[in-house]
This record gives sequence, C-alpha cells and structure tokens, in this order.
Amino acid sequence: MTERARVLPLAAAVEECIHNGDSVAMEGFTHLIPFAAGHEVIRQRRKRLTLYRMTPDLIYDQLIGMGAAERLVFSWGGNPGVGSLHRLRDAVEHDWPAPLELVEHSHAAMANAYDAGAANLPFAMLRGYLGTDLPRVNPNIRTIQCPFTGEQLAAVPAIRPDASIIHAQKADAEGNVLLEGIVGVQKQAVLAAKRALVTVEEVVEQFGPRSPNAIILPAWTITAISVVPRGAHPSYAHGYYKRDNGFYIAWDKIARERDSFLAWMRANVLERSADEVTA
Amino acid sequence: MSDYTGSEIMTVVAARALSSEDVCFVGIGAPSAACNVARLTHAPRITLIYESGTIGTRPDVLPLSIGDGELCDTALTTVPVPEMFRYWLQGGRITVGFLGGAQIDRFANLNTTVVGAYQRPKVRLPGGGGAPEIATQCQQIFITMAQSPRAFVDKLEFVTSFGHGEGGDHRRRLGIHTQGPTKLITDLCVMEPDPVTREMTVVSIHPGLTREQLQTHTGWPLKFATNVAETPPPLARELSVLRDLQQRTKRAHAA
Repeated sequence: MTERARVLPLAAAVEECIHNGDSVAMEGFTHLIPFAAGHEVIRQRRKRLTLYRMTPDLIYDQLIGMGAAERLVFSWGGNPGVGSLHRLRDAVEHDWPAPLELVEHSHAAMANAYDAGAANLPFAMLRGYLGTDLPRVNPNIRTIQCPFTGEQLAAVPAIRPDASIIHAQKADAEGNVLLEGIVGVQKQAVLAAKRALVTVEEVVEQFGPRSPNAIILPAWTITAISVVPRGAHPSYAHGYYKRDNGFYIAWDKIARERDSFLAWMRANVLERSADEVTA
Repeated sequence: MSDYTGSEIMTVVAARALSSEDVCFVGIGAPSAACNVARLTHAPRITLIYESGTIGTRPDVLPLSIGDGELCDTALTTVPVPEMFRYWLQGGRITVGFLGGAQIDRFANLNTTVVGAYQRPKVRLPGGGGAPEIATQCQQIFITMAQSPRAFVDKLEFVTSFGHGEGGDHRRRLGIHTQGPTKLITDLCVMEPDPVTREMTVVSIHPGLTREQLQTHTGWPLKFATNVAETPPPLARELSVLRDLQQRTKRAHAA
C-alpha cells in the first residue's frame, strides 16, 4: 500500500508530522532551507527535539534560541561568510535558554549517514576523521575493519529521523515533488525519515518538459505537502528568488543579544500565523 | 608604505600557487577570492569545486556562503552533497584543498571547533564542516590565515583538521597518503613544511617586514629556511582583478 502525499495547510502539516521529543532533520544546503516550516514548528511550541542538520544555519539558531531543541547533530554551525550563530553559542556556552547536547560530525560523515539512512543500512562508513579529535568527543564515531583489505575505516550511525522537512520548487497535481539546483542531502533526508513534510513554491498541473534525470520525489514517499511561496526565505529557491545575503548579514546583530533576538522572533514569527504564509 | 593590504598580498600569493591544471576544493573567504583571482588571471582553466556540489563553477561575484545560487548558475554540473564527498573528494579527484581556521600550530594542524574545554567552551567555533576529510583526501593543502599570536599557537586545544600531526612521518603512520599542508600563506609570509621534521618553516617574507615582526605575531619560536626570499609584491593587474572582484561582490551582497 502506498499512501499519497496530501496537500495541507502548513499548520496542519506541522501538527501532523512533528511531535514533542521527535528527531527532526530540516535539510537544504544553503539553498531551499525550509524556514517557513521551521517557524511553524516554533509557533507550535514544539519541545525536546533532536535536530539533525549538516549546517544549522539561521533556522536552527532560531529553534535553539526559542528552546525547541535538546540535542543538535551537526557538522558546521556558523552563519556562512558572516560569523557565529549567537543563539547556538549562547546555548552551548551558557545553557540559554536551555542546555543543548551536541553530537558533532564532519560533513562527509553526515552526508554518508543520510545516505545510509535512505539505503536502510544501520551505519555509514567512510575514510574519515583521521588524526582529528572529533572521535574523542563523539562516542558515535567508531572504526570498522574492511573484511577484504584490513583497512580501518570510520563508522557512524545511519540517520533515521522521525521526520524530515524540506522545501522544494514545485509539486504536481499528483503530489510528486521536483527540486533542482543545489540539491544537498534532501532526497536522502526524505527517504531516510519515517515522515516527510515538503513545502513548495507552487503546485503545477504537470512538471512539463524536464531532464529524465531530474530529482523527483514520488508522492508516495511524502507524508504532507504545503504550498508556501517564499518558504525558503532568507535562503533561496533556484529559479524563484535569490538568497537574501543582506538578511544573513543583518542576523548577526539581531541574534547577538537575547533581547533583540526575542523581539525579532515575536514580531516576525510568534505574532504571525501560518495562514499568512500558506498559499 | 605599500599600496596593498596584508590581506591582499595573502590572497594574491595564494592565487599564484594555483594553475590551470588544478582541481581545487574551495572554502569561503580568502580561499574563494584567491581561487577566483587565479581563474581570472593566469589559470583560466582551473576547476573550482565548492562543497555544496558545484563542479567547474565560474562565479562573477564571490559567494557569501558555500552554496550561493551564483555557484550553481555558473557550474558545469551540480551534484548531490553525498556524491561530492564520496566520489569527488574521497575518490581522490581533488589536487588542492584550501583551508583556514581559528587556530593553527607549527605542524599546520587546525582548530575550528572550540577554545577552552569541549564540554564548556570559552568560545564555541563553527566546527569542522568539510575540513577533516579535505585535510586528508586532497593531494595537497594550502592554508591562508592572518598571522597573530592568538591564532598561531604553541599548542592546539582541539585538532579539527589534521596537518602534519606531531611531525615527521605522522601522516604515514595514520595511513594517510596525501601530502597535507604544503603551503601556509599569511598576511606576513609564506611557510612550507621542513622536508624531514614537517614543521612549517618561513620560506619567504612579504616586502618591508622583518623576522622579528613575524616572531611577535607567532606563538611558537619560528623556524626560517636556509634561504629566505622576499615575496614578490602583488602586480597592478593582480590587485585590480582582486579589487574589482571584491567591489562586484560587495555591491551584489548589499543588493
């Protein structure tokens, strides 16, 4: 039996897919980061989440600063080209607003771990972490011996989130989803997860002419779809709008102090509703 | 008085180290500027790869992040991130990887993870990202960093990316068969590893600077090569390409 993705309002989709205590991956490598869905998770006051993401970016800075997360599994936690994620740092350095457990990897390990999750394997292996201190602080980085050559390789657990959230360019009338441009680990994250929520820029009748190798997630791999134009802003959607680099630069000042951060979140997330952003 | 900054000579010298034959794994910041100056001057056929999956990219402005649309728009092809790390990096296709960091030691090991204890850090830095595997899987590594005693430290509190370890044959002993850091280019000088000890050793000093000035910017007793050259200063054309690129970038990011 295959169940087809249903098109739901964003609030209903988040309510159905994301629960307190879940492990959640919101992916998108600089591109197509699901900001609108992340904001709805904050509005619904989800708590005790284990958050997976290679590059936490501003959306996880916001979730962490609002106290939604108890654990972060990640590989690079900065504001790219700008500096620190101040809310992530405040949580790690001062337990504000709550302690945050870090499970730290490299990009190569995270990418391999999503791939292993999608492939229904228990772990991923790579020629990684050689000479680094990361295995000393993350007991989930272990070694395995190649049964053919005897080479020692790094092993990390597969990523199998309760839910993955991604943003994509479009869905068709059947609920299939197409994404293109920098496609990151989104396909792997969706196929690795128990539930998948996809926000899209628009729904079209048919995708029309395309490469036979276009990245398409069939409707039966997705739990719920919400139509959220500009749902990746200040990240970007290839073919729709550009990355708002000015906002990424401005975030440094907004997030530096707790008060200015909370004021911004109140005005731009908490006091808005999902209905305003859902098409 | 020179008519260029320390950051500019660092970027230009790094660009000169690249050729059209290189396949280069590019990081954000000085590495990205250096690689694109090389492409726009003496190395037009250089292949630039960013970890977001863009292969053979030719950006007109420098990206703010590793995955700006400009990189994808101008790339030969864009591959998924697992493929980037598995086939292209781990597959041994990259000739030069560019790294930087918050802290470096005399064997060019890098820390981008924490200052202070890991569990309760004084400063939580962004972490490793692609660097731990870039450091061991590219054929060689170039490092660009501004030189200061806070960054060039006697002992790292955390090794995020492995350079020459404790020196000597440490890389070989760990089963690493790539060269590791072959150039450390700073705003003051260029260092290369000693052939035996692998300690980073000053091989050229940027114009107008003394050995003493270099030492005051370094947290360990610096070693100098037998013959230390003066770094040739940036040419007018190199500087104009770099400055035009940075102007275009600034305008694009402000928009």
